[in-house]
Amino acid sequence: MAIFLTEASKVIVQGMTGSEGTKHTTRMLAAGTQIVGGVNPRKAGTSQTFPLGDATVDIPVFGTVAEAMAATGADVSVVFVPPAYAKAAVMESIDAGMPLTVIITEGIAVADTAEFFTAAQAAGVRLIGPNCPGIISPGRSNVGITPADITGPGRVGLVSKSGTLTYQMMYELRDFGFSTCIGIGGDPIIGTTHIDALAAFEADPDTDAIVMIGEIGGDAEERAAAFIREHVTKPVVGYVAGFTAPEGKTMGHAGAIVSGSSGTAQAKKEALEAAGVTVGRTPSETAELMRQILSR
Amino acid sequence: MDLFEYQARDLFDKHGVPVLGGVVATTPQEARAAAEHLGGGTVVVKAQVKTGGRGKAGGVKLAHSPDEAEARAREILGMDIKGHTVHRVMVAAGASIAEEYYVSLLLDRAERRYLAMASVEGGVEIEQLAVERPDALARVAVDPTVGIDAAKAAEIVATAGFDADTAPKVAEVLQQLWTVYREEDATLVEVNPLVKTADGRIIALDGKVTLDDNAGFRHPDHAALEDKASADPLEAKAKEHDLNYVKLDGSVGIIGNGAGLVMSTLDVVALAGQAHGGVKPANFLDIGGGASAEVMAAGLDVILGDPQVKAVFVNVFGGITACDAVANGIVSALGMLGDAATKPLVVRLDGNNVAEGRAILSAANHPLVTLAETMDGGADRAAELAHTAA
Repeated sequence: MAIFLTEASKVIVQGMTGSEGTKHTTRMLAAGTQIVGGVNPRKAGTSQTFPLGDATVDIPVFGTVAEAMAATGADVSVVFVPPAYAKAAVMESIDAGMPLTVIITEGIAVADTAEFFTAAQAAGVRLIGPNCPGIISPGRSNVGITPADITGPGRVGLVSKSGTLTYQMMYELRDFGFSTCIGIGGDPIIGTTHIDALAAFEADPDTDAIVMIGEIGGDAEERAAAFIREHVTKPVVGYVAGFTAPEGKTMGHAGAIVSGSSGTAQAKKEALEAAGVTVGRTPSETAELMRQILSR
Repeated sequence: MDLFEYQARDLFDKHGVPVLGGVVATTPQEARAAAEHLGGGTVVVKAQVKTGGRGKAGGVKLAHSPDEAEARAREILGMDIKGHTVHRVMVAAGASIAEEYYVSLLLDRAERRYLAMASVEGGVEIEQLAVERPDALARVAVDPTVGIDAAKAAEIVATAGFDADTAPKVAEVLQQLWTVYREEDATLVEVNPLVKTADGRIIALDGKVTLDDNAGFRHPDHAALEDKASADPLEAKAKEHDLNYVKLDGSVGIIGNGAGLVMSTLDVVALAGQAHGGVKPANFLDIGGGASAEVMAAGLDVILGDPQVKAVFVNVFGGITACDAVANGIVSALGMLGDAATKPLVVRLDGNNVAEGRAILSAANHPLVTLAETMDGGADRAAELAHTAA
């Protein structure tokens, strides 16, 4: 069944006609994603041609998200719009009632994210990201920039703040495959949290076990640990990056910063272990822990 | 970006938050001139460093004349406060303080909105107050789409328990601080202490402001607030090349793609280093998803310029950029650097087109390059090489 994204998901691309949007729309189509439209007010009514296997496919361009939804029945939008214009794009998707908006853009001002997250909550719609690789349900659909060919479908669920650690873990466990892998993003404010993904994986009959990857900054992992203790019955294996990060320095991701004594990797690891989660010291060791669980 | 107190003071002033006169000085003579400019009376000479506990460290001193201001500045300039050298002081007008309060606005990551905090017991370490007397610190949620309007400000001062005379004045300042927060794209605006003077005025005596680096596109003026002088030279060089680099103090240079993978690489190297004389990572460097030859060359150039680096670990997961492209990048980067490349490189590639990538590096047969099969193995080899070379 997978979570949040299945083969039935109909996806539109905001920013499809830009260079990043075009590149990744091509890749998403190749992965089998049902891309049903793009949005660009200046090119409304036209279409854009993409290669697909040995043939090509024409994807219609709409003026607004609402028009695209009305014409195609889209239920997912993926945003490849530059940071300065991202808030307007995401707000448009929320206002149109889009059930799921996946925001790939890195570098969005946190005040903008705070505003559109508040709006999304009021509208009761889901956001994934920003500053994330997106979501992939291998063999079914891929929304975002995750390489689709690392591994195939399986029964492990993965939720991670980091893109490349997601890829690394998919690669390490490629012989098992995944139900869904969600990159929730490395910004201080994000739409879908570890807890949201854990709850969905717990409820998903096609997911048997969960890998949770965290990193320094904030207390999302501690909160997730408390949630796991109360609500998750499936085995969870964890990994936390950033043990060697110095205090007060942003480590690549806008949200990855240890402030004073809060947000340390050690505290997150301890919280997860106290909740019964086995935590690997390296990505490989984490994969090995999951391998042992799956081989039982 | 964290601001100095004097920069915070200037932003407060710009947005109407009541502050005292303050002039920044980098020499004792400038401090004297500043004290004269402020009227020649009592001033406070305050070390400008981006850390707390200045008062306890002797970095904040009273001066009753321009002569004294010069003498105090001479004592404070050049001081070391928790590893921060004092390069400038702020000479601030004195005030007769009746009460000290605390107010702040910040990002509430967990609740994904803003948080206003206020206390009638200011001037103390707020972390300490929060732990010891949590009831004395009011915490009020702020909706990012509404901000601090008159009603929200009234709620905050009421929750904190300001007296009837002071409450409306503090409420007004809270709305002005919200303007600073919103207009400047801050993620933290803290005033500690916010004071009531003997004549009943409310003044922001000391301020701390953190600006959102991601909002720079709508604040071209914020670039001037950067403290370029005390930036690490390698960090400055990396920034010129748009590289995401943080200098650490170990001897294993690190290059990787993606923030999470690079953080993880540092950890794995530190772990491997335990078996090799305790060597540690020398830096964080994320070359991003692209990992082109130019970016790889710029990254290697920065890392090889660090005299502490004895060996380099390149750890790349080929996703969108395939491993063969990354391998070509490494080979041409080494070509561009020529004789400037002198330290051993351990390269671990995995993911998209990994076989082709490894074949390219094997064929190039560069004397400095060792191929590693796994991330853990590569970290171990790089740690060993750094230890042997030390």
